[in-house]
Amino acid sequence: MIYLDNSATTQPHPEVVSSYIKVNEQFYGNPSSIHRFGEKASSLFVKAKKQCSDLSGIADCNVIFTSGGTESNNLAIKGSVHALAAKGKHLITTVIEHPSVLEVFKELEKKGFDVTYLPVNEAGVISLDGLKQALRKDTIFVSIMYVNNEIGSVQPIKEAGEIIKAQSGARFHSDAVQGFGKLPTDFDCLDLITLSAHKFHGLKGSGLLAFKKGLSITPEMIGGGQQEGFRSGTLNTAGVVALAKAMRLASESREDAFNRLSVYNQLLRRFFEGQNEVTVISSHNAAPHILSIAVPGLTGEVIVHALDQREVYITTSSACSSKLNKKSHVLSACGLNDQDIRGAVRISLGAMQSEKDIKEFIRTWQEVIPPLLKGVK
Amino acid sequence: MQIDRILIRYGEISTKGRNRNKFIKRLQQNIADACSDLTRFHIESGRDRMHLELNNADEADQIMDRLKIIFGIQSFSPVVKSGRDLDEVKNHASQLVKSVATEGTLFKVKARRADKNYPLDTNELNYEIGSHVLREVPGLKVEMKKPEVELTVEVRSEAVYLSAQTIQGAGGMPIGSGNKAVLMLSGGLDSPVAGYQMMKRGVELEAVHFFSPPFTSEKSKEKVKQLASELAGFSGSVKLHIVPFTKIQQTIHQQVPENYTMTSTRRMMLRISDEIKNKTGARAIVTGESLGQVASQTLESMEAINAVTHAPVLRPLIASDKTDIIEIAKKIGTYETSILPYEDCCTIFTPAAPKTRPKTEKVAFYESFIDFDEMIREAVENTEVITLKPGYQSDEDEEIDLF
Repeated sequence: MIYLDNSATTQPHPEVVSSYIKVNEQFYGNPSSIHRFGEKASSLFVKAKKQCSDLSGIADCNVIFTSGGTESNNLAIKGSVHALAAKGKHLITTVIEHPSVLEVFKELEKKGFDVTYLPVNEAGVISLDGLKQALRKDTIFVSIMYVNNEIGSVQPIKEAGEIIKAQSGARFHSDAVQGFGKLPTDFDCLDLITLSAHKFHGLKGSGLLAFKKGLSITPEMIGGGQQEGFRSGTLNTAGVVALAKAMRLASESREDAFNRLSVYNQLLRRFFEGQNEVTVISSHNAAPHILSIAVPGLTGEVIVHALDQREVYITTSSACSSKLNKKSHVLSACGLNDQDIRGAVRISLGAMQSEKDIKEFIRTWQEVIPPLLKGVK
Repeated sequence: MQIDRILIRYGEISTKGRNRNKFIKRLQQNIADACSDLTRFHIESGRDRMHLELNNADEADQIMDRLKIIFGIQSFSPVVKSGRDLDEVKNHASQLVKSVATEGTLFKVKARRADKNYPLDTNELNYEIGSHVLREVPGLKVEMKKPEVELTVEVRSEAVYLSAQTIQGAGGMPIGSGNKAVLMLSGGLDSPVAGYQMMKRGVELEAVHFFSPPFTSEKSKEKVKQLASELAGFSGSVKLHIVPFTKIQQTIHQQVPENYTMTSTRRMMLRISDEIKNKTGARAIVTGESLGQVASQTLESMEAINAVTHAPVLRPLIASDKTDIIEIAKKIGTYETSILPYEDCCTIFTPAAPKTRPKTEKVAFYESFIDFDEMIREAVENTEVITLKPGYQSDEDEEIDLF
């Protein structure tokens, strides 16, 4: 099997799984219980939280553990906007956000907020001038994703942050789900950052929202008041310890992963650029682990299923939207024509990928895809 | 730049009379202790300054980081050693200034000759070196009265020493030069700050904590260990005496009317601290009390509580506002630990309406029905003593691979 759908999810690292099992077996007490068994779990939770805070990229931050990227994004946006509503009604995001950001903004629009959706260029990158023009006196919140999940485009978070802080008092959030473990996430300018464990060899159902200490955030989940009231619900000690471990492993291997993946990206790029049937969509400046291409003569589904027969797993533009048979909003935003959009597939690499996988993938593609085009006009 | 020496200025010790050598020796010892895991260096002490002659220049940054928190140091400067040849001195001078100056920095050269045989006199040195540095480092402005960068050049018979940077030290007096005291360490915000203030005046501390299981949890004990370890960051190590206090506390609650229990509890704590003071050879008891903060901290309460001992009870925070105390706690790094929400024995047995104006005779009368002497002796005897070093971690090793 060759697994190249790492932006959908990654294989959990064995050490992460072992931490998860160990905590569940040995320290299953409720961290909120005051007996020693509970306190034991609580001390694990506190230690994991500290490790996650230190590795999140936001200096001097607090962390809320969630069920994953979608919940973190919902909480970051709605929690901030409701806490700041008295200060203004204007919000800014981009047209290529993940649905867990985009749909939230659409809902807020219905509730009377005014949202500016920044467009992107062909490479899938926003314009900083566009951001400057969009910022207003009453802008209270800006959310710009770090690495796009469909085409890998990387947004200029640092520069955007400088503009936002210089021109407004708005809070700045980034969905960095696809960036962590491959690109650095230490941005001083960010107020909030979303991470999801299963995108960097952690477990599903586990993510976090890190934010600068002292920010007011209106909770979404209310109940027993766990996590300082930011998110009620029994603390998931094992999930949090496993997340801390996944973050450590990903941080430690980040530079090495970036370098290797850049080499693989070049291999794939050079191969596809030599294939007549293929158009490469992702720009040269995109993140190395996400490569989007299109075969205009075929549809993405046909390519995915054809490779599937040979146990090679890639996906149409993104796992979330591929089953809905919807046209990708990201590719549309980049100005691609319908034929390219229909024929688009995404190859996404993991930090533990080997060069052998890439070479075998290339061989399989050559055997499977060009023959399909015979007779197709 | 290779740092060959570090120049240390004492500040307050320099004003001492005949005892000065004792203070200097103590500072020397404390510096050596703080750097005991690094390559040994030679310390040369003079009347009002001290030179560390490094054997491993790579460790200069590490050493300077540690010097910043050692009490008794007013300021210190990294020093570069140069050959006596004027061109070599000039070259070092410009490099050194370059490393600390920015556009528009106000600058001055101050040369000194310990070796009067050097071919140039002080004025010529100032001129030669100053004009060279001005040529080499663009954007400097000369300022004789209040320079931002003062390049000192000291000519000695064996070499020339240059420095251009003065780093603020922690001030105060070397720890240990002011004998020893016991600190009543509760786990709250105030007592660690009080301890810090005393350390700054040169006092070595042993901490006393009252532990009342099952009324207070293991966690609150861990918290106090953590705090003691944080204080040890300033002195190298802190001994913590953990006194089993449950029995005394329960007895007080059976014996003494509720509104007097707090006064009586504090009296017993002070008596035990007094015993530990005597046992350890300490000279005073330090508390984090601040006037008017809580019921036990009114002047009447202090009078009734203090009546159990003749030992000096030092209260460095007595006139401090809570906000100022919090400020210091944040600066010295004990704040985050202090605000952890675990009950200590002060909070858990607090009566609904403690007396703010207790009478000494009354509380003594209530206590007179019980032989507290025996209970105190027993508590002191069963006191657990642990030595905390900086960087204490409560977790056992088995968990390391979980993270």
